Parts: sequence; structure tokens; C-alpha cells
Amino acid sequence: MADLFFFLEVLIGGLLSGVLYSLVALGFVLIYKASGVFNFAQGAMVLLAGLTFVRLTQILGSEHPWDGMFVLALAITFAVMIALAFAVERVVLRPLVNQAQIIMFMATIGLTFFLEGAAQGVWGSQVHRLNLGVSELPIIIGDVLLPPLDLVAAAAAAAMVAGLAVFFSRTRIGRALRAVADDHQAALSVGIPLQSIWVVVWSVAGIVALFAGLVWGAKLGVQFSLTLVALKALPVLILGGFTSIPGAIIGGLIIGASEKLAEVFIGPLVGGAIENWFPYMLALVFLLFRPQGLFGEKIIKRV
Amino acid sequence: MTQPPRKIGGTLLKVDGISLAFGGVKALSDISFEIREHEILAIIGPNGAGKSSMLNVINGFYHPQQGAITYKGATRSQMRPHEAAAQGIARTFQNIALFRGMSTLDNIMTGRLLKMKTNFFMQALYWGPALKEEIAHREVVERIIDFLEIQSIRKTPVGRLPYGLQKRVELGRALAAEPELLLLDEPMAGMNVEEKEDMCRFILDVNDEFGTTIALIEHDMGVVMDISDRVVVLDYGRKIADGRPDQVRANQDVIDAYLGVGH
Repeated sequence: MADLFFFLEVLIGGLLSGVLYSLVALGFVLIYKASGVFNFAQGAMVLLAGLTFVRLTQILGSEHPWDGMFVLALAITFAVMIALAFAVERVVLRPLVNQAQIIMFMATIGLTFFLEGAAQGVWGSQVHRLNLGVSELPIIIGDVLLPPLDLVAAAAAAAMVAGLAVFFSRTRIGRALRAVADDHQAALSVGIPLQSIWVVVWSVAGIVALFAGLVWGAKLGVQFSLTLVALKALPVLILGGFTSIPGAIIGGLIIGASEKLAEVFIGPLVGGAIENWFPYMLALVFLLFRPQGLFGEKIIKRV
Repeated sequence: MTQPPRKIGGTLLKVDGISLAFGGVKALSDISFEIREHEILAIIGPNGAGKSSMLNVINGFYHPQQGAITYKGATRSQMRPHEAAAQGIARTFQNIALFRGMSTLDNIMTGRLLKMKTNFFMQALYWGPALKEEIAHREVVERIIDFLEIQSIRKTPVGRLPYGLQKRVELGRALAAEPELLLLDEPMAGMNVEEKEDMCRFILDVNDEFGTTIALIEHDMGVVMDISDRVVVLDYGRKIADGRPDQVRANQDVIDAYLGVGH
């Protein structure tokens, strides 16, 4: 019986951290769907959002979570992420309409360095503690220990993901998005305002980054290593497919659960620490058998 | 053979003194011509004459350095592509520009985007009106699918279709916008004789049944002489002739441009 509880604890812990991976992966999927670009800067956006928020709470003198200044800081950070979307569209995307995807990709690498530098230049590079007001004492159900922060984050993430999924799959913005991703020129010719679509999508990705920055910042401290969280999104994307919002969620859950289970149950057999590379292994295997991912669009090529 | 008289009306679009250069390369110099309501105008010329550039100027992909375009009475020096689309200019491309991952039906539905009235954001909330609207647009799209005889491929991702059918789907997407002015960039390039005949028939039917004004670029002289009301000839970015097909065919400048000049 103890074994079963232990297994459950590992599984649930894995699923919960999986939700957080999904959250980061979601930012990638949104932008990939809208512009066919792998946005290398998503990790930097997480850092920017986290740092901006935590420094603003200090400057505004927020004393405990969810007081007035805390909410004000949140609102300002929100506005900053939306302003970033407008700026990115104007400065980076608009001059590159119709360029090859690799060029857009390189531009997002440039954007990464800029955002990392700007965030740390403005706000400093110290590690900041971030308290979201969630108790750190684990909740105990039966013999299973659950970290409350993860539970809250998972619930909020689930709500957010559901909302986005409906918004993008059930509205005509969804069709416009896919059109833009497929062919900029053709999208323009049928009258899709490319610029506004991009601003919408980058704003949403910025808000997702803000959310990820808060949650991961509360877990790890707000610091440069937040940008590395983005790396964990890669195997999630390969598993779920770059173009699928449900794929990002399921992919995140599979990666989260499997890496924890592998660490605990297979790890000891091979000397441990397999959590770090297991997701990438899984992603490689997937690439061999199903390169479009679980839910990705079929890859069609006429010869 | 006498053709039934078609009601060719006044000027729908007029380009006046358009010049366009890319760096030092002059793509178009001082081009003026007009497109009249309900006519089929062919723009012809040897490779590199600036025909596609001309279409790109008309629908706003390129912004000319000089000149003005008057469309439906409003004069402007440039315009953005989605504005052109909103004002009833639709087009197809020389190199097919379809949304490859989407089905035929979805591709043609994108042509209706501008006709959809319910707001982007409200659509997520209001089920009733948004749903009703979707159905109404779907009916229009189904009529276009019937018209172009592509019922059997409506669910097929367009990336899988043969070239000739892709061209037809692209025409369908342009038609879905119910354009007043339809720009076709080499609608028959790379087609076999039978496909060309089909395409000619569709173009004539569109013009005839919906009264759509059509400006097309085509290399097949047989097709051009058969279906167009007027022909504009470009060579090295200049207009060298403008007139009825038989006039243009007899024009010495045009013959020289195509066959070269003896020395």
C-alpha cells in the first residue's frame, strides 16, 4: 500500500510540474501557429515578466501578497508585456514580412539577447524571492504529500489553457491564424490584417510568459535561470506538436509525469539523475516515429 | 462571329504615371492605363516586363515611388493589401499561394473573412449570431465550390492536390470575397490544354454571371486573344501598346518586343 501511495505521489508531482511545462510550451505554440516562427525569445519573455513584476512590487512597496501595490505591479507588468507585443510587431516582424522562416527565427534569437540584456540592465541581476501568498506547507491526502503552490498553479494554468483553446479553435481568429502561419502574402491578399493578428498573438504569449514567470519565479526565485525553463518546453513541443494547443498540454503532462517516474523508478538502476535527459530521449524517439507530434498537422509534401 | 454585347461601363480603376524601382532597377516607368467596369483586361509582355509588379502595385504589395491609382473615384498613391481586399480587390498568384495545411473548404472560407461581421472577440462569447453567420458564409462557399466543380476535393488538404486544381481553389478563394476587381496572375501557367479550357470557361463565366471586372496576366496568346476585351502590353517596364486584341496583334512595337528587332 505504501508503494502505491508513493507511486501516486510521484505521478501527481510529475503531472503538476508537467502543467507548468505546458504553460511555457503554450507560449511557443501560440506564436508558431500565428507566424510559423519558433520564438526563441519565449524564455527571455518569462524572465522579463518575472523580473519586472518582482522589482515593481519592491519599488511600489508591496508588503504582503495581493495587497493594492501587488495588484498594481501586476497590472503594470501586464501592460509592459502588451507594449512589448506592439514593439515586436513594429520593429521586428513588420520589416520581415514574407521573409523565410529561418530569418524570422534568427530575429527572435536577436530579440532574446536584447530582452535578457534589457531586463537585467534595467532591473539588475540579483536573485529575488517572490511570494505569491500560497502556503508552503504540503497538503496531505491519505499518505500523499502535495505542494500547494503546484496545485494552485496547475488549476490556474488549466483554466487559462482551456480559455485559450476555445478562443483559438472556435473563433474565426483561429482560421485567420492558420492562414497567416501558412502564407503571409496570401493572408494579406484575402484581407487578413497581419499586423493586428501578430499583436494579438504576441500579447497573449506575453501574458502566458508573465504567468509562467510568476509561477516559476515563486518556485525557483526570479533569476536568469528562468530563461532555461524554456528549454524544457522543447520536448513538450516535439511530443505534442508545434501547432496544437491541446498537444502542448498533453505533451507537458506526459513529459512531467514520465520524467519523475523515470527518475524515481528507473533512475536507481542506472545511477540516477536521468530526469535531466529523459524528456529529450523521449522526444528523440518521437521524432523517429511521429515527427509531427501527437496532435501536430500532417506534414504534406508533393514531389 | 458576333459576340453578345457585354455592358462595359466606365472606369473602375485608373493607374496614372506609376513608376516603381527596386534600388537601381526600374520595374515600372510611367505606366498609365485604365480598367473599365465589367471588362476582361489582359496585361501581357515578355518575361521581366513588369506585369506582376503592376498587379502588386494595384493590390498594395508594392508601393510605387511615383504616380497615383484611382479606384472607384478615390485617388491614392499607395494602399495596404488588407485595405485593397476590404475595398473589393481580390487576386491569385503566379506561384500558387494557398494555405497548404488547410482543406479546400477552409481555404475558400478564408476568402470570406472580411465579410464576417461579428467581432473577433465577441465571437468567442456569442454563440447564436456567430454560428448563424458561419452557416451563411458556408452556403456562399458551397456555391463557389459547385461553380468551380471541385465538390470532390472539398475536404482534401490543398497541399495534396495536383497543380491545376490548386489554381482552381485559389480562384475560388478570390471569388469568395465577392470582389469587384479580380486580379489573376498567370491563371493558366503550367496547365495542359484541357485544364486551360476549363479555366477560360470559369473566367468567362465569372465575368458574365457576376459582372466581375478581371485583370489578368497571361502568356498564352491564344487564350489572351480569345477571352480579353482589351490588352495592355508592357516591355521593360514601359507600356508599348493598349487596345483591342486585333489592334495589339497588328502593332509593330509589340511584334518587335516579342520577336526582337532585326539589325
